[in-house]
Amino acid sequence: MTGKASAPGAGKGLALPQVPKIAVYLVGFIPAVWLFSAGIMDRLGADPMRVLEQELGEWALRFLVATLAITPLRQLFNINLLRYRRAIGLLSFYYAALHLTTYLVLDQGLDLAAIAADIVKRPYITIGMATFAILVPLAVTSNNASIRRMGGQAWARLHRLVYAAAIGAVLHYILVVKSWPPEPLVYAAIVALLLGYRLVRSMVKKAAPRRRPA
Amino acid sequence: AAPLTAAKSAFSTDEKPTSREDVTSYNNFYEFGTGKDDPAARAKSLKTSPWTVKVDGLVGKPAEFGIEDLIKSSALEERIYRMRCVEGWSMVIPWVGFPMADLVKRVEPLGSAKYVAFETAYRPEEMPGVQSVFPVLDWPYVEGLRLDEAMHPLTILAVGLYGETLPNQNGAPIRLVVPWKYGFKGIKSITRISFVEKQPETSWNKQAPDEYGFYANVNPNVDHPRWSQATERRIGEGGLFVKRRPTLPFNGYADQVASLYAGMDLRKFY
Repeated sequence: MTGKASAPGAGKGLALPQVPKIAVYLVGFIPAVWLFSAGIMDRLGADPMRVLEQELGEWALRFLVATLAITPLRQLFNINLLRYRRAIGLLSFYYAALHLTTYLVLDQGLDLAAIAADIVKRPYITIGMATFAILVPLAVTSNNASIRRMGGQAWARLHRLVYAAAIGAVLHYILVVKSWPPEPLVYAAIVALLLGYRLVRSMVKKAAPRRRPA
Repeated sequence: AAPLTAAKSAFSTDEKPTSREDVTSYNNFYEFGTGKDDPAARAKSLKTSPWTVKVDGLVGKPAEFGIEDLIKSSALEERIYRMRCVEGWSMVIPWVGFPMADLVKRVEPLGSAKYVAFETAYRPEEMPGVQSVFPVLDWPYVEGLRLDEAMHPLTILAVGLYGETLPNQNGAPIRLVVPWKYGFKGIKSITRISFVEKQPETSWNKQAPDEYGFYANVNPNVDHPRWSQATERRIGEGGLFVKRRPTLPFNGYADQVASLYAGMDLRKFY
């Protein structure tokens, strides 16, 4: 969802076996199918709703981190997974949508007053909702027609919002837990690394004269 | 777990107890990790025998009780209590224990004793969570009660549940149970009880003073700064489709305990 869009199939670097993109979706949805079926069969422990809710959220964050890792992997390690980035980014959105649905329907039982109070009063809910709101336009424009219609530059600019979404997702996670357990901090560190890498690279590029306009 | 003989109690609720499986597999005991299933998986390493509880401070008869003697010399009762976690879930647990007041009377507190301070065992070699590179709390875990709260007939020291001695993950061999307060007040695996003049430090209050107060009475009208306390999920009820139920003031024990806090601003003393 970031930076320069290169022509499909024109990737440099390691010749990785090409799997069809549909396979990414099929594999990507395995955790969701497993979680829902384990939940229905009462195999998610004492607090199954909470496990489902948290796991779906964590998978959304995992796919978001994976999306952000694709550019550094290509630039630093010559591993080109660009053709799967859209699928992975969309998986993050789908998991975020399932996570949100679980919160609205199973956790809050569609109690609109309680949900509205949560959004206004609870920073972690406010941030979570804002993060999802950011992901919506990114998901809606994750298709070739949108890139053509918007133009590559405007599309790339819009999709830089994924950085804000990553920060929001990590904050949302940190704010929901008691004390400082390791998991949200590990995700925060990974996101900081992935975004920090981009910041440093853009500063280095600005310092050096550009060969040609982007 | 060894069987315990316990008398029934009028203080027990007639609500349906949460299954033993859930009570013993869904725990917060951060000395063994922050995951809900960590204590059940990892607390086996805690050596609960021999075990002594040191009772000291402002008392006429300081003592060290061996756990077996303490259990033998106490009139054990079954107390089926609601337990409300500050995280927004609840259980109904059939504890076996004895009134805290019984122990208080045995050590004869001095007039200057106003509070009771409790301390959990600190054994890094037996507690993987304590060795963690991300220390979640300032160990050892400490808790406290006002003396009148400690003396209240609902307050018990539990040594068992479901008719048997406590599993380690539930705070073996002896833990505090104060059913009108959030679960974190129920300090586990106690090694020391001190009678003191000033309000003692408590672990979660030290960790986040604006989120966890000394009193920590269950109160649907005072939200945790980051989440609502108005409702709760009863563990084991409805599975994936669990329905929230309203949280009651003092966890439903207001008739017995509200008078302890007469005239106090419960928003200030949360």
